[in-house]
Amino acid sequence: MPHRHCRDVPVLAVAPAGPEGLANGLWRLELENPGFTGVKPGQFAMLRPPAWGFDPLWARPLSISRALDDRIVFHFLVAGRGTAAFTRLAPGEPVTVWGPLGQGFAVEPGAPTLLVGGGIGIAPFVEYAATHPTPGKLALLFGHRPPRSCYPYDELGAMIAVESFQDKTPEDIPRFVELLEKRIAEHAGGLVLACGPTPLLRSVKNLADKHGVRAQVSLENRMACGVGACLGCVAENPEGHRVQTCVKGPVFWADKVTL
Amino acid sequence: MDLRVDLGGLTLKNPVMTASGTFGYGLEFAPYGDLRSLGGIVVKGLSLKPREGNPVPRLAETPSGMLNAIGLQNCGAERFLKSMLPGLPWRETPVVANLYACDTLEFAELAGLLASAEGVAALEVNISCPNVQAGGVLFGQDPALAARVTEAVKARAGSKPVMVKLSPNVTDIVAVAKAVEGAGADAISLINTLTGMAVDVRTRKPRLANVVGGLSGPAIKPVALRCVWQVSRAVSIPVVGMGGISSATDALEFILVGAGAVQVGTANFLRPDFSFRLAEELPLAAQALGITDLSTFRGSLAVG
Ligand SMILES: Cc1cc2nc3c(=O)[nH]c(=O)nc-3n(C[C@H](O)[C@H](O)[C@H](O)COP(=O)(O)OP(=O)(O)OC[C@H]3O[C@@H](n4cnc5c(N)ncnc54)[C@H](O)[C@@H]3O)c2cc1C
Ligand SMILES: Cc1cc2nc3c(=O)[nH]c(=O)nc-3n(C[C@H](O)[C@H](O)[C@H](O)COP(=O)(O)O)c2cc1C
Ligand code: FES
Repeated sequence: MPHRHCRDVPVLAVAPAGPEGLANGLWRLELENPGFTGVKPGQFAMLRPPAWGFDPLWARPLSISRALDDRIVFHFLVAGRGTAAFTRLAPGEPVTVWGPLGQGFAVEPGAPTLLVGGGIGIAPFVEYAATHPTPGKLALLFGHRPPRSCYPYDELGAMIAVESFQDKTPEDIPRFVELLEKRIAEHAGGLVLACGPTPLLRSVKNLADKHGVRAQVSLENRMACGVGACLGCVAENPEGHRVQTCVKGPVFWADKVTL
Repeated sequence: MDLRVDLGGLTLKNPVMTASGTFGYGLEFAPYGDLRSLGGIVVKGLSLKPREGNPVPRLAETPSGMLNAIGLQNCGAERFLKSMLPGLPWRETPVVANLYACDTLEFAELAGLLASAEGVAALEVNISCPNVQAGGVLFGQDPALAARVTEAVKARAGSKPVMVKLSPNVTDIVAVAKAVEGAGADAISLINTLTGMAVDVRTRKPRLANVVGGLSGPAIKPVALRCVWQVSRAVSIPVVGMGGISSATDALEFILVGAGAVQVGTANFLRPDFSFRLAEELPLAAQALGITDLSTFRGSLAVG
């Protein structure tokens, strides 16, 4: 298991993602690497600038989008107060970070692996593609609403086969699900890994089940501690037990979690 | 500086303990500091049988605080003793089992089970949880009931000290404190969370599935200080203070109003190394204020 840390590290850069990032609330954040080694793609970190004082109170979880020797990179969507405050960080300002946390995605070098990203759910797949031993086996299906340039899509495209689908209205979603089904069916015998909004994860779970494909989904439950202590982030497993998403997940085998 | 404290037979190397439910079973925090550096570890509330707790959402953020309605999800006392306790450095740092039950008989049975384990140094009786239907805070709101539970636990605790954890959700906390002291409690810890709620005008729904929950964090510190102040003056057994402690100064404030030791709750969520840092910083912060001896500083608040 990679060693876990809690450190105050400086912000290296924070900027809107691409030319349309600002208008769509999509940002990229780079922090000095707090000593994270052996990060498994799909793992996350808790981030909390000490300048917050007591409001907001909790740290915010973000997927580790890239873990390099000198820096860790996050991609985030402004969802509320905490993420909005992240956009106002100045370079050099300290952020308390702990991680790497949780279970990452399965890596099976021999298996054709379909990555399914919904919106900002694409974030962990950057690290996944960059560290996979056989990237030739990987394909990404990316569903999004804001322009593709707001996401690290091109970064992924430089490494693996990628395909995107922009839904402009809710009526477009069934067409995306059709495409999803087609791609999942093509991966019978392989692996499907998904990160994104819960309805997308539910579709992936159901379609993977229908086509007999092994699938993993990454959940985004509300978290306070990130280390398994507060019991606030629980998801339910098929046996009806409540399990902490932060330590048992966020990546679960799809048949081991109720969505 | 000599930081040792005696809590009615439980000796701590320093006054920094972790509060039940905010430090897991202890091992969750091992990557972030040395568990042996803490004064004491109070583990998540244990019940006789495992409990799944309440539905989600069970947590909500509030101004300088949070609400929780976990509903005492826990793995059950037996599993804790078998699988978690052996991994804790209980020889170096006392592990306190926090216990919860639905009736007096069950409290007694649970106390017997936990107290018989070598690695459990003391029991903390939770008669103050606002998040469970049966028992819970009800025991802590009635001095006579609180005394009955204390007696029942004490009878089965053998030589292990029994600390009773009080609820601030009462009109007269001193009455409850005196009742549990009279019933044989070795120490008192306070405060548990304050009952609160949060709602969303957009969805017109409560923010917690359980509708109401327990408020904790910096927002409750003034209430907690007041309770510790009132209780520590009224009883002669040691008092352990908690509620919103988020700095070494906060901890000193509780000691000033009479706390023998403190427990860190919500601040463990602000950063997982918080309790370890506090144990390190407390003596330095005391020295910076010219305090040379915590025992003479304790309860030395000058009033009037
Ligand atoms: C393991 C994990 C990894 C994540 N990775 C990323 C990532 O890489 N990039 C990214 O942009 N986001 C990610 N998220 C979601 C991110 O943590 C939330 O968007 C963020 O915590 C919201 O905080 P806020 O203060 O901005 O919103 P708040 O002001 O707290 O709440 C505003 C609204 O945001 C939504 N929200 C709050 N918390 C969450 C949550 N945990 N998940 C989803 N929605 C939430 C709710 O609708 C809420 O009403 C991740 C979440 C988890 C659990
Ligand atoms: C998520 C959470 C879970 C808790 N679980 C328990 C518990 O199992 N038993 C108990 O006696 N108190 C429990 N508490 C109460 C704390 O131990 C403490 O009394 C309270 O949070 C006040 O301290 P604080 O403001 O420092 O958090 C819990 C508190 C929180 C926030
Ligand atoms: S976030 Fe605290 S247990 Fe998962």
